[in-house]
Amino acid sequence: MFSYTVRRLGSLIPVLLGMAFIVFMMIRAIPGNPAQVILGQQATEEAVAAMTKELGLDKPWFIQFWDYLSGLLKGDLGVSLKTNSPVSEEIGPYLMATIELALIAMIIAVVIGVNAGIISAWFQNSWFDYVAMVIALIGLSMPIFWLGLMEQYIISIQWDLLPTTGRDNIRDPVEAITGLYLIDTLMQGRVDQFFEVIKHLILPGIALATIPMAIIARMTRSSMLEVMRSDFIRTARAKGMRMFWVVYKHSFKNALIPVVTVIGLQTGLLLGGAILTENIFGWPGIGTYIYDAILSRDYPVIQSGILVIAFLFVMINLVVDLLYAAIDPRIKYK
Amino acid sequence: MPEIATNTSPILPPKEAEEKVISPWKEGWKSFRKNKVALVGLGIVTFFILIAIFAPLIAPYSFEGQKLSDKHLAPSAEHWFGTDEFGRDILSRVIYGSRISIGVGFLSVAGSVVVGSFLGIIAGYYGRWIDTIISRVFDIILAFPSILLAIAVVAVLGPSLRNALIAIAIVNVPIFGRLLRSRVLTVKEEEYVTAAKAIGMGDGRILLHHVLPNSLAPIIVQGTLAIATAIIECAALGFLGLGAQPPAPEWGKMLADSRAFIIQAPWTVLFPGLAIMLTVLGFNLMGDGLRDALDPRMKN
Repeated sequence: MFSYTVRRLGSLIPVLLGMAFIVFMMIRAIPGNPAQVILGQQATEEAVAAMTKELGLDKPWFIQFWDYLSGLLKGDLGVSLKTNSPVSEEIGPYLMATIELALIAMIIAVVIGVNAGIISAWFQNSWFDYVAMVIALIGLSMPIFWLGLMEQYIISIQWDLLPTTGRDNIRDPVEAITGLYLIDTLMQGRVDQFFEVIKHLILPGIALATIPMAIIARMTRSSMLEVMRSDFIRTARAKGMRMFWVVYKHSFKNALIPVVTVIGLQTGLLLGGAILTENIFGWPGIGTYIYDAILSRDYPVIQSGILVIAFLFVMINLVVDLLYAAIDPRIKYK
Repeated sequence: MPEIATNTSPILPPKEAEEKVISPWKEGWKSFRKNKVALVGLGIVTFFILIAIFAPLIAPYSFEGQKLSDKHLAPSAEHWFGTDEFGRDILSRVIYGSRISIGVGFLSVAGSVVVGSFLGIIAGYYGRWIDTIISRVFDIILAFPSILLAIAVVAVLGPSLRNALIAIAIVNVPIFGRLLRSRVLTVKEEEYVTAAKAIGMGDGRILLHHVLPNSLAPIIVQGTLAIATAIIECAALGFLGLGAQPPAPEWGKMLADSRAFIIQAPWTVLFPGLAIMLTVLGFNLMGDGLRDALDPRMKN
């Protein structure tokens, strides 16, 4: 296990380097003169020259890349062209907002998806199985930005049940401590604000959860069906064990590996999907941060935003890989 | 000696026996036909492809004809899906939009298949450092959430439908690259490849005559599912303003343009989204069915 962990960490190095290189190349791959594109056509020659220098584009590319890498290792994510402040300082609150949304979405997706999958497998070919799998198929094909708009129209506008946009009540904003508002409000003992935050989380959380929920439900179902055909399940049944325990204890534990893989992969994809969900629900997360940066051609912010999400994605996959062994001792790494 | 090996040899199977051999494609079609869900998918896909092909004949109005006096008309006999903020007929725009979405779906996936297969085959067949480099590049591309990488590519190249297509194609290349690589690794060990090598067949012909045909089924399955993803990604980029530009009737862009009017005219948001969902659902159902029918490893 230890040697596997070390090797798995080692295999990360080329991937992380490659990711940094792609992100580094982004600004250099802009057709034409990047500094000119960033500043617009009206920019003076001096301004373009100054921008070229500021971005370090006047040096040979390998020196630029070396500077970029050593900067990254020191936690330097560049300076926003719009606000002139370091991205590493700005990005924190946005990142926390996205993490909070993604966590809630993942909790919704896992709780509903896993249970729907288990029950579907338990009562295979029942009406529940049929309905759940049709919903999962539709969910899988759902453009989440459209689902978000429909949620807003029906639940917020027509029924006036939940707020349309934002993270908190703008007239009574949450005072950030950790940046995770659910925790911040509880730390300050503001239960009223806590429920306000939950209300704001529900719609974007469901929109973001839809696709992973569908995939998790399908994966759980097929994995459970496979396990439930095995001999030890028949033995457990023959011993007279209650079906509930057979399903939730014996079967599910053994069906968990592919489910965990999917959950890990989906958590990463969720971070990508966040850019759409945040756009619809005015969620001040990293997706919004990147989106605004694209509109104002603030390339250092686009680069670092994408790098941070990709880094999280890789780390989540790493954790999932290492989790396998913990879940299933039968897995031996050679 | 050589006269023994003429084709009059009685060992060759007679014609009737030859006809009884069922090709894997026929067998696949037989099991696909029994799968009702997959047939629904095929039906939806065929429906949208026909709409895309015959758009100018079916669409009641032009997709860009503005008539401001008709703005935000609710769905009626004249405008089945209503009209948008410029008085354009939404049904006609949705119909023409199918050309963009399905076109981008097919073209981008075709691009990914060609590039991905080429790289995958080279990596698998030649192995060694070529394999290491290509596989690492795939790993790195897959290390990004795909929509995010597509956004990054468009942020660099500039927003347009063509660049969105390129971005989506790039993001999908590793899927087919890895697929082909693993197929090559399996097929390479088969006896008929050794035999082909023994009779002096060149690498190119072996790849073309043995490796590719043996990889066609999984490519078709993956390709169908990838079209579904590509359509959603195209709409997502359009929605963010990074794909098709006005007045193109791209479904995602239509959603983005109409969302400000969702209270006065909810139909402007309803129909383009439904179109996206149905098309994607069709390709997903069909892909699932094809996988069950063509991919023996997935058979229960």
